[in-house]
Amino acid sequence: MTMPAPTRASTPTSEGYNFAYLDEQTKRMIRRAILKAVAIPGYQVPFAGREMPLPYGWGTGGIQVTAAVIGPKDVLKVIDQGADDTTNAVSIRRFFARTAGVATTEATREATLIQTRHRIPELPLNERQILVYQVPIPEPLRWMEPRETETRKMHALEEYGVMHVKLYEDIARFGRIATSYNYPVRVDGRYLMSPSPTPKFDNPKMDRMAALQLFGAGREKRIYAVPPYTEVKSLDFDDHPFEVQSWDQPCALCGATDSYLDEVITDDRGGRMFVCSDTDHCRRRRDAQEEAAQ
Amino acid sequence: MTTPASLPATGQATAEPPRAPLPADLPEDGLLAVRDLTVRYGRRLGCAEVTFDLWPGEVLGIVGESGSGKTTLLNALTGRVAIDGGRRLYAVPADDGGGWVDLDTLSEPKRRLLMRRDWGIVHQHPRDGLRLAVSAGANIGEPLMALGARHYGDIRSQALGWLDKVEIAPERIDDLPRTFSGGMQQRLQIARNLVTGPRLVFMDEPTGGLDVSVQARLLDLVRGLVDEMGLAAVIVTHDLAVARLLAHRLMVMKEGRVVESGLTDQVLDDPHHPYTQLLVSSVLQV
Amino acid sequence: MSIPPNGPPTDPPTGPSLSARGLAKTFVLHTQGGVRLPVFSGLDLEVHPGSCLALNGPSGAGKSTLLRALYANYRPDAGQVLIRHDGALLDLTAAPPRRVLEVRRRTLGYVSQFLRVIPRVPALDIVAEPFARAGGTLAEGRDRAATLLRRLNVPERLWHVAPATFSGGEQQRVNIARSFIVDYPVLLLDEPTASLDAANRAVVVELIHQARARGAALVGIFHDREVRDAVADTTFELTAQRTAA
Repeated sequence: MTMPAPTRASTPTSEGYNFAYLDEQTKRMIRRAILKAVAIPGYQVPFAGREMPLPYGWGTGGIQVTAAVIGPKDVLKVIDQGADDTTNAVSIRRFFARTAGVATTEATREATLIQTRHRIPELPLNERQILVYQVPIPEPLRWMEPRETETRKMHALEEYGVMHVKLYEDIARFGRIATSYNYPVRVDGRYLMSPSPTPKFDNPKMDRMAALQLFGAGREKRIYAVPPYTEVKSLDFDDHPFEVQSWDQPCALCGATDSYLDEVITDDRGGRMFVCSDTDHCRRRRDAQEEAAQ
Repeated sequence: MTTPASLPATGQATAEPPRAPLPADLPEDGLLAVRDLTVRYGRRLGCAEVTFDLWPGEVLGIVGESGSGKTTLLNALTGRVAIDGGRRLYAVPADDGGGWVDLDTLSEPKRRLLMRRDWGIVHQHPRDGLRLAVSAGANIGEPLMALGARHYGDIRSQALGWLDKVEIAPERIDDLPRTFSGGMQQRLQIARNLVTGPRLVFMDEPTGGLDVSVQARLLDLVRGLVDEMGLAAVIVTHDLAVARLLAHRLMVMKEGRVVESGLTDQVLDDPHHPYTQLLVSSVLQV
Repeated sequence: MSIPPNGPPTDPPTGPSLSARGLAKTFVLHTQGGVRLPVFSGLDLEVHPGSCLALNGPSGAGKSTLLRALYANYRPDAGQVLIRHDGALLDLTAAPPRRVLEVRRRTLGYVSQFLRVIPRVPALDIVAEPFARAGGTLAEGRDRAATLLRRLNVPERLWHVAPATFSGGEQQRVNIARSFIVDYPVLLLDEPTASLDAANRAVVVELIHQARARGAALVGIFHDREVRDAVADTTFELTAQRTAA
């Protein structure tokens, strides 16, 4: 199996749409929000989110951010739970292929722009790449405080102690911090931020990442960002430090011991196996193993 | 602390009005000073021109019937109701610079920090003062975490210590408060408010919804803790027996105004104002 | 905090521990159509260290009212109550509440006729509490409380029980112990032996003698002539002056 080359305009571009679907005024508005978000790492910037041709919850926030930053020379990768071939990922990839005519890829290394739902690629990203997250609920304090006026004030005044209550409850109930995804982080020592529902396994990758990280929440119309090389610290207790998940077996396909594994049910008799959630990562490793064998 | 000099009149409009100088009569060793505090609900008066000083370790009872303005006064003191006139001044602890600050000209971050660290508020209904969806331990631990505690073991042991102080069995630490009786919830609320070692506690009818037998236990507990911790407290109650047991000093309110004040036993044993005499004579003797 | 401006500026090295000057008290009963009940007026008295002053007079003459006014429990309409507190004279009628409480904690004790029962607090702690409040430790307070309760023949099995269920005599003995646990320089006694048997009356007489011997000034109402004669060295006569409004 060989790495597929980036495909340019494999699908015909649609007539009658502006480049990347959104009109230029809207893109400028979103870019202004993004610039502000980059200037204040972790701060949620409201923006005038548009209706998109897909329902909320399918990545409308991420798509608008991608549309605002994508250029004709970009190479786009879209992943959903680490996989390039799920319905949501395929649809969004096709959407931009048709409305922007950009090249798309499944290879993390080739991509200049990666839109993601629920994962960060295993391959470390570089300065020439941008990672766009789809965010369902941007407010990490929502769990403790339902009032938006109050959560804004809590952010403004850095009143974040309440966030530890959730972690306390975890330890009290399970003996450890059981929160395993959407694990709250503190950005640049200032703003409390929701990393979107990525597994906490990916939190360390956010810390001082070389790539720009942009977050778009369509329903709640918020954009936030982590600029390259910014400190992202996961909340924890002194005596219960932050830890990522680990598995007691390697990936059943590529043998990786350092990647995030999904449990796959293989039959209806309880058969199961664990495989890399990042399909590109897994394929690359298997390709390399084949080459080495030959 | 020196009184800030008022700005010289230059005839030019300034962006901010000059801060009023602190009142001249603030007690040197006081804790809270209230001057002419007034709250209006439209044309109706919530409370009017209330003035008093509170010292460390002193318990002030505010008594009166429903609608007398005592809860309005409490809410105005704790910043939950906007005031229409008067001033609220607080003496900052010495290790934080000391001196009096005007709570209404203090910046919001400073005011919120100060209230979180130095003040406690015990609500009449435990549901207003507790997080019913998190465990008893988390309810006690939250104020500590809000002040920066980040050691689970320490937080846990402090929570256990406080459960013991308020007579809740340690094995209930991970239970949700909604599984507690009303008296237990109220004791949990008290623990949550005292765990950070505040200097000043506000209580609104702390025994309000409780059975008489449960009240006695709570009163004894509050009395002991206030004594032991040297707390200052402002306690709103319509129950004169509660006032007698807990308060050093009383203010009697009627129609938003303080009609009589003094030592608790003076006010209750030798009431002068007609309204106070009516209140005292209306209590059933047992 | 300084002495209120209307307090006496001079502080004679010797003199009464407690004195009343021009004291007047009238009750106005607003709930009964504003009836005025004058109790006394222009009253002067003083009591010196080591002395016990007995208030005499018929029922209704205002003995209890006077005693309560001396304790700053009743607020007189005119006059001063001067007490020697921490070496200086202080006018209790003009002192701010927290100053009065401080005087009551360390200088001025009061034995009321009835014990005000505090829910759930055991007898031993009720007795020990004033000692701790006056600046002592609770442990020493409990030791002293035990000694006093034993002396007043309160059975040891009752010490750890809240006195709500005690008999009148038992409650009164707890009350007396509570007031004698601190060596107050001034002590006011309202019928301290009213519900006591002869043996316990003798103990109270002994306690009063001891207080006088250590230099305390006492003012008391003693219904029992025998007790009065045994403890008081001076008397003060009150006459009924009740008139209609």
